[in-house]
Amino acid sequence: MAVEFHPCVQGKLMSNIQDNRPLSPHLGIYSWLISNTLSILHRLTGFGLTLGLIPLALWLWGAAYEPQLFDCISQLATSIPGKLFLFGWTWAFFYHLGNGIRHLNWDMGRGFSLPDMAASGWIVIVFSFSMSIFTWTIILQKVGFDV
Amino acid sequence: MSKQSPLRSPLKRARGLGASHTGVHHFWIQRISAVALIPLTLWFMVMLVTTLITADRAGVADFMANPLHALLLGALIVAMFVHARIGIGEIITDYIRNEGPKVGAMLLTNALIYGFGAASLLAILHLHLFGIK
Repeated sequence: MAVEFHPCVQGKLMSNIQDNRPLSPHLGIYSWLISNTLSILHRLTGFGLTLGLIPLALWLWGAAYEPQLFDCISQLATSIPGKLFLFGWTWAFFYHLGNGIRHLNWDMGRGFSLPDMAASGWIVIVFSFSMSIFTWTIILQKVGFDV
Repeated sequence: MSKQSPLRSPLKRARGLGASHTGVHHFWIQRISAVALIPLTLWFMVMLVTTLITADRAGVADFMANPLHALLLGALIVAMFVHARIGIGEIITDYIRNEGPKVGAMLLTNALIYGFGAASLLAILHLHLFGIK
């Protein structure tokens, strides 16, 4: 064989050669960069935030109609695992917000050079963590650390 | 625009709707809702941290009694569920290949989004009009 492939893709390509169907280079041959990491995180946080809409709806429904449901949500939210989840959601929110603004900037045709993309990516990372920590500093001062 | 494909009929080009048959409708709605969500979510985050996080049911009802609060939260819920529906739909069409499971996942997503979205709006309206009674 004239062309040799990286071991990561050799198996996939060979299995496809047997099927006689072409296949484009697969995930395994791309190097891991800040650009694709942030892109994947945008989807993951979007998905996670969507799941968070369910407890939000239950909280509103409980406040309006079901005292027991409201108490249940309150207890879950103030427990240690609940607080950890809420911190995760806070981070997901600030990440999706920051990276969303980064996307809107691209939609206007700006910031496409590689140094700009890396710089805006790091800004989003720093923004998401610092805003989450800032928010939770205020929250924990209000509600305290105890369960 | 610059290049005219001989494989694409003039009618197809004039309609400009592409393979999805809906053109850039979802793309555009996703951007519109994203822009709306920037101030709305930040406002809600401030409200959560300053008031709602320690509020009991009566506290939540007091908050919703203010028409501006009920209006903004209603707008936030609508924008959020619209944005989430398109986003999840995009994930489904990207990762689920077979038509059956794809349509099933889409139906389930729509049922959940409209269900929880409508429940949220009804609860806000109830809290605004009647409080916790």
